[in-house]
Amino acid sequence: MWKTVVRRFLVMIPQLFVLSLLIFIMAKFMPGDPFTGLITPETDPARIEELRQKAGFYDPWYIQYINWMGNAFQGDFGRSYTFNQPVANLIGTRALNTFWLSLLSVVLLYLLAIPLGVLAGRYQDTLLDKSIVFYSFIVYAIPTFVLGLISLFFFGYELGWFPTSGTVDINAEAGTFGYVWSKFYHLLLPAMVFAVLGTTGVIQYLRTEIIDSKTMDYVRTARAKGIPNNKVYSRHIFRNSLLPIAAFLGFTITNLLGGSIFIETIFGYQGMGQLFVQAINGRDYSVITTLVMLFGFLTLLGSLLSDIIMSIVDPRIRID
Amino acid sequence: MAEKQTVDVEKKTPAASPPTGIQVIAREFAKDKLAMTSLLFLIVLITVIYVWSFLIDQEQLMRISLRDQMAAPGEKYWLGADKGGRDILGQLIIGARNSITIAISVTLITGIIGIAIGLITGYFGGWIDNIFMRIIDFFITIPSLMIIIVFISIVPKYTVVTFVLIMSVFLWVGTARLVRSKALSESRRDYINASKTMGTSDGVIIFKEMMPNLSSILIVEMTLNFAGNVGLETGLSYLGFGLPPSTPSLGTLVAYANDPFILENAWWNWLPASLLILLLMLAINYVGQAIRRSADARQRLG
Repeated sequence: MWKTVVRRFLVMIPQLFVLSLLIFIMAKFMPGDPFTGLITPETDPARIEELRQKAGFYDPWYIQYINWMGNAFQGDFGRSYTFNQPVANLIGTRALNTFWLSLLSVVLLYLLAIPLGVLAGRYQDTLLDKSIVFYSFIVYAIPTFVLGLISLFFFGYELGWFPTSGTVDINAEAGTFGYVWSKFYHLLLPAMVFAVLGTTGVIQYLRTEIIDSKTMDYVRTARAKGIPNNKVYSRHIFRNSLLPIAAFLGFTITNLLGGSIFIETIFGYQGMGQLFVQAINGRDYSVITTLVMLFGFLTLLGSLLSDIIMSIVDPRIRID
Repeated sequence: MAEKQTVDVEKKTPAASPPTGIQVIAREFAKDKLAMTSLLFLIVLITVIYVWSFLIDQEQLMRISLRDQMAAPGEKYWLGADKGGRDILGQLIIGARNSITIAISVTLITGIIGIAIGLITGYFGGWIDNIFMRIIDFFITIPSLMIIIVFISIVPKYTVVTFVLIMSVFLWVGTARLVRSKALSESRRDYINASKTMGTSDGVIIFKEMMPNLSSILIVEMTLNFAGNVGLETGLSYLGFGLPPSTPSLGTLVAYANDPFILENAWWNWLPASLLILLLMLAINYVGQAIRRSADARQRLG
């Protein structure tokens, strides 16, 4: 078991290395340098030259790469010139917002998907099952930004049930219950859009798992012992099907990160996805490189998490 | 059970050959009314869009007319006009044509690359497979959406062609991985071994003998990729990282909704494009699902 985890971890290192190299090369192709933001009409070109030399702008690329990585490991990602603060601080506050959004989305996703998957599997081939399968097909086909916009228009503007942008009401005082509630209220609609869009995988997996379990020996044994039908489903089949769907958590994280770019832009939610779009539009390259690296790391972490959960659940894929 | 069934069928119709891929797919569509409707809808829609877009004078369409600013849907403009007083319906047709064309080209490029690499790595195995699998593993673990956006923003001379190429660089991977796994199991079959013993060259085995046997899976993959590419292109254009501004796309029309005033008060600016994307995605995906079912004997309806 531990061997698998350690091995998967070791595989991550070269992947991260290649990713960082790719990002470094991309950063080299981006116009400007870290001092572009400091240049004003009064700046003496010689002074910029001096700064560049001091910062190693003319060093060979591999030395620059090593310095860049070294700084990154110490938490120094440079300065954002559009926001005029260190990138680490900027991303720190945004990351927290994205974290809350992702957390609520995952909770809602499983709250929605597990009952639907179980019902579809249990009442296989009934009208209920068919409607659930059809629902999961539709949400699979809808692009994130289309559902996001339509629900923002409908629930946010037309019905006025939800706030239409931002992370928290400007009048709310920090620390009070109202503040927390306002934050949660702003999270709710984007998180629901996320949750609805992510349900397909879990529903389909749970449904096939339950249909397959129905004919298994342990289920027949349970029935033979006279266990009521409801209990067979809730205790025996459901428990066996539950762990594998935990493995979807990893994929869900990956999807959330990709989707956050759209969702946060649409709902004006100040998280990392929105920051990325702002940074691209503002050509704020230190922010862009850090965000791509961070998202790459989180994506890898997500797939690592899936593999670890899978290896706990299914001993066959462990490396011994 | 399955074996017995085939025996029965053969007894009843001894002369008939087993149904070919196209026949199986046709039977599946005949059985599934919704899939048939989706397919007809797609064919009609795409034909109408391409024919209509020929009749539209794009220069006149993009001419700004302040008198018609934000005109509501009515006699003059069936779907109203945008901030610049330009006809939404015309933009919708041109945008849909551009979006579909780009999705088709990306699908073809990634399909050809992905299928070729998948078949070759799956068939040969060994070190070729190892090298490509490492590359594919890497591509799968990177945040490709972000990297596509970064590439788009740093490419100096940005045109539709570069956009298609950048998307293709990152999208062949999924197809290659799927095709490889199928080719891997297919290459162990007896008919491949028999062909090898007869001295058939590898190229002929891969493309003339193995590929036709995988054709249904390839068609499914391409169809679903097509849907995915429509979604991705419109999504990128919506964010402003898609087609250059001179070429309208369904995504750029949806992007009108980034202005809260338009989102709230001028639904005709962005809703038709959103709904068209939605319908396109649903129809293509449904057709893809039906073909997928027909590729798997256990799931067939017909």
